Amino acid sequence: METEMIAPTVKAAPIASAMDAPMIDLRDVAKSFVLHTQGSVAIEVMRGATLQVRASECVALTGASGAGKSTLMRMIWGNYRVGAGSIRVAGVELRDADPRSVLALRRDRLGHVSQFLRVVPRVPAREVVAEPLLALGTPRDEAIERSEALLARLNIPPALWHLSPTTFSGGEQQRVNIARGFVHPFPVLLLDEPTASLDGANRATVLALIAEAKARGAAILGIFHDTAAREQVCDREVDVSAFTP
Amino acid sequence: MTAEAALSTPPADRQDAMPTPMPEVPLLQVRGLTRRYGARIGCADVGFDLWPGEVMGIVGESGSGKSTLLSCLAGHLTPDAGEVLWRGPDGTIRDVLAMAEPERRLLGRTDWAFVHQNPRDGLRMGVSAGGNVGERLMAVGARHYGRIRSTATDWLGRVEIDAARIDDAPRSFSGGMQQRLQIARNLVTHPRLVLMDEPTGGLDVSVQARLLDLLRGLVREMGLSAIVVTHDLAVVRLLAHRLMVMKDGRVVEAGLTDQVLDDPQHAYTQLLVSSVLQV
Repeated sequence: METEMIAPTVKAAPIASAMDAPMIDLRDVAKSFVLHTQGSVAIEVMRGATLQVRASECVALTGASGAGKSTLMRMIWGNYRVGAGSIRVAGVELRDADPRSVLALRRDRLGHVSQFLRVVPRVPAREVVAEPLLALGTPRDEAIERSEALLARLNIPPALWHLSPTTFSGGEQQRVNIARGFVHPFPVLLLDEPTASLDGANRATVLALIAEAKARGAAILGIFHDTAAREQVCDREVDVSAFTP
Repeated sequence: MTAEAALSTPPADRQDAMPTPMPEVPLLQVRGLTRRYGARIGCADVGFDLWPGEVMGIVGESGSGKSTLLSCLAGHLTPDAGEVLWRGPDGTIRDVLAMAEPERRLLGRTDWAFVHQNPRDGLRMGVSAGGNVGERLMAVGARHYGRIRSTATDWLGRVEIDAARIDDAPRSFSGGMQQRLQIARNLVTHPRLVLMDEPTGGLDVSVQARLLDLLRGLVREMGLSAIVVTHDLAVVRLLAHRLMVMKDGRVVEAGLTDQVLDDPQHAYTQLLVSSVLQV
């Protein structure tokens, strides 16, 4: 009887441990490409990739160009299939995941700042940034307000907010991309060169945004060629060369 | 049940509402859909699920069967085999292919919409812009002239056509305006499923972008589900959540849009993706 009485407290334990579970969890991940248009040659690009990123942690992927940093990031984002092994993001197993669960993951839990902005031409910057919030059902006024606040913080002049970012400079596009990734407090963030092509003041703002995201508990995995930035915001580094077959 | 309740609310009222909780049943379930032209295969054994709020792209070259598939779904062609299971607003699931013709026509005027590649096939060119939109409302029982006209004016605004053009016939419109009018005519009755055949085909790129933006906004705000047939991979990347690749009447690959385009598995998809000119 007594054991039954204490059962509820015992049952609470797995919840606590689930909260400590890594938000990004890669186990023995492998990836090959089969190029059917080039004699069906199979190229193995990754083997035995294992890494974990926990809440409030920022991890940098390092390794020479071509070592597989981007491949790894793409498998976690889901635009590359997981070849073998397991990738769990915020509890969702991505290997053989159906599109619907990946879309749901991207909508509320997994954010991504890519290196290049890919948007419908003619959509104003403020809409591009507000879009992740609108997709979550945030009232339009609030979404636009939050978008504009972030654009202002990233030094995009208000005169540009109603223009399409396709006409912006590289640095401005990069900041629109960053605003889009940070406008919703995603618990997991992937950052691909977030400070590339930014000047001193804007770089500092982006590093502050990353620090704030960590402080609210986000798990962040990024590629930073900017060594000083990496040393400032990252807790540790993972060299992907170790996963080269 | 809450999901059903949300779906039966007029979509216009949902614009700023919380996202609809995902119902556990797809809106559309297609199984084993097959259509032959004599010995030749139009499409064979096509199956997929479409969920509320989802846009699915179908790509493939001319003759891949994508238009045959869309025509079979829309009821313009009768398939030789298969099921098209539709979840109605009341939650009941019916095989559209087994419906009697009047019922099917009613569905085509209410919950389903079809956007043709050529606006001339979806508009009445001699009837005013307002009449084109109002006609579909009248087909579902609207009778009050003032209300029909104000709804039509509202929809012209939503597709960015100047209200001053309400009494002009679409034959005086540009191709892009005609296409937007066709979209207004189709969406005015708040359908839940929109079938689109090359909606941006034949339009200038700048006009395409405007149309894509409009469609994305409408899909999000109205919670629409859509099936978009196109040969333009850039269009599906920006518009579709999921992608199906067809070749010789069969589905050779399907999945998340960016995954199919960035990490294509099938030889034909790889060829299709690698054949696109980079800009």
